[in-house]
Amino acid sequence: MTALPQSAAASRTPADRRPLLEAKAVSKRFVKRLDLAGRIAQRLGAAVREEVVHAVDGVDLSIGAGEVVGLVGESGCGKSTFGRMVAGILPPTTGSLAFDGKPVWHDGKVGAKETTLAIQMIFQDPFASLDPRMRVEEIIGEAPRVHGVVARRDVADYVAETMIRVGLDPDFRRRYPHQFSGGQRQRIGIARALAVKPRFLVCDEAIAALDVSIQAQVINLFMDLRQDLDLTYLFISHDLSVVEHIADRVVIMYLGRVVEIAVTEDIFDAPNHPYTQALLSEVPRLDLRKRRYHPVKGEIPSPLDPPSGCHFHPRCPHATDRCRVERPALREIAAGRWSACHLND
Amino acid sequence: MTAPTLEVRDLATHFFTREGVVKAVDGVSFRVGKGEVLGLVGESGSGKTITGFSILGLVDPPGRITGGEILFQGRDLVPLPERERRKLRGSKIAMIFQDPMMTLNPVLRVDTQMTEAVLAHRDVSKARALEIARAALVKVGIPAPDERLSSYPHQFSGGMRQRVAIAIAFLNEPDLIVADEPTTALDVTIQGQILHEAQTLCRETGTAMIWITHDLAVVAGLADHICVMYAGRIVEQGPIDAVLDHPAHPYTHGLIGSVPGRNQRGRRLFQIPGMTPSLLNLPAGCAFRSRCPRADAACLEEPPIGTASHGRQVRCFHPHEAVAEAKQVLT
Repeated sequence: MTALPQSAAASRTPADRRPLLEAKAVSKRFVKRLDLAGRIAQRLGAAVREEVVHAVDGVDLSIGAGEVVGLVGESGCGKSTFGRMVAGILPPTTGSLAFDGKPVWHDGKVGAKETTLAIQMIFQDPFASLDPRMRVEEIIGEAPRVHGVVARRDVADYVAETMIRVGLDPDFRRRYPHQFSGGQRQRIGIARALAVKPRFLVCDEAIAALDVSIQAQVINLFMDLRQDLDLTYLFISHDLSVVEHIADRVVIMYLGRVVEIAVTEDIFDAPNHPYTQALLSEVPRLDLRKRRYHPVKGEIPSPLDPPSGCHFHPRCPHATDRCRVERPALREIAAGRWSACHLND
Repeated sequence: MTAPTLEVRDLATHFFTREGVVKAVDGVSFRVGKGEVLGLVGESGSGKTITGFSILGLVDPPGRITGGEILFQGRDLVPLPERERRKLRGSKIAMIFQDPMMTLNPVLRVDTQMTEAVLAHRDVSKARALEIARAALVKVGIPAPDERLSSYPHQFSGGMRQRVAIAIAFLNEPDLIVADEPTTALDVTIQGQILHEAQTLCRETGTAMIWITHDLAVVAGLADHICVMYAGRIVEQGPIDAVLDHPAHPYTHGLIGSVPGRNQRGRRLFQIPGMTPSLLNLPAGCAFRSRCPRADAACLEEPPIGTASHGRQVRCFHPHEAVAEAKQVLT
């Protein structure tokens, strides 16, 4: 346990600490508008409606300074959409997001520059997220120059310094992204995010596309940067073992809603929500050999038409009539432990 | 002991490109018995998929099998003409791909595709073929199979498509299935379901299976034997427990150490320095030596396959036999 960084131990009581990021009832709805034919059909009385996806449905979350929060869920659960709202890329439909007390969004427009610069995002695909026609020095140096983070004449030195920090050789600054391997490209993406001196990083599946041995290098880099630069992370991933390794607290999402929040050790030792339990029992582990899988039944329902009540009830082994009707609220069931399940009543 | 379902001996598949020869698979040997699951593990570019393609006879020019034998139930597949190979493919040997849309034709209904696969290899009536197809869908756990048979692939979710692909692979009760990363693109709960189906089917039908993946943890839960590939060669192989608990090759050792797990939470992960070498004009000697902590002058030559404890084979001059240290990584 001595190997744990101090901030990890301190975050056991996140409520005592000033939240750096605070999300209150954040929702995002995507509406597919009807086309002309659809509108005419609707006027004539046909049963066509606009399709609405509740990608994120009333998420409350506060993240303390220096904390690493892992956001876990399966495809379509809204984890990336939430990350994009935090990073100032996608405006929330309702609810508020505050960073260091200042709003990230003002009526659908991004807030003050210092807030948006302080939150940076690292993307999944190191091939798609870099402009193939820009040299590495431009990719890393453009934002700090434009935003006046460094003086124009110091940009070259600053780029070199940033490249060294993420483990890239500054001699490669004149190269283009295609001349780098996947792992190195992800480092370029990280350097680009770090160049504007952020305090908060949103990592959206940032290591999912990398090979195992390269994944370990990038995870170590994230942990080093956290210590050196005092960064706070929202670490979005579907990979539970990675989140278990890096995060202080874990947030589990299912179909747009948060189902459980807890300190990492607690959630992995004693998951409360049936979905978390199912998820954890499915994770392949090196120490479990020739095991028998006991999979959860059923598919992830379409977010276009989510089940009533608790979204998980059609797949839940403990579902009761109440679960089919009433949406369970996210309640604190123990200190720092939140779960949205009727079984806790 | 009966003859193994598949025995690969010294297989070499090379690609003759304009830039030079890419030795994608270079001297690979392993065997799989009836009802056994062999895990073939490696990172991208290690040659694991090309090994699978070679067994199925799916290597396209400029690639070519340049040496070795692929003995399927005692018969060498390498010199077989394409016509004979076609007869085996889909009946005796089947493949499951990472992307199920590689198996499925997007413009044909599922029943058309499935009965086609049955009729190509068996002398049965159309009605009987449809029955077989329906039974196969039930076996892989697809609800409402009648309705599903008359759907098109795009009407299925990713997990369902992969199930249909698995059902097609098992249609003609093959003796060998090569599964190439079939769960990599799927969510955790769906991956659990697919692993469960694959495991049950192998146990029930005695089908031998080669499970190709980059995910050591998946193989740990599924396989009896494991082969670890690096730069076109198998660097270590043996029973799953022996290899994962006491890895002898420095690459296996590093790979296991770099998997984040519950016992090293918050600690720095072991990292293998550098990156996988390009297979184009690979220099002689051990391909791992530039990343290896144990490399010395001896490694400038190609290490032979040696035997290690617990029935393993290792391609290394300095295999790791210190069991205690290996255990430290895992526990």
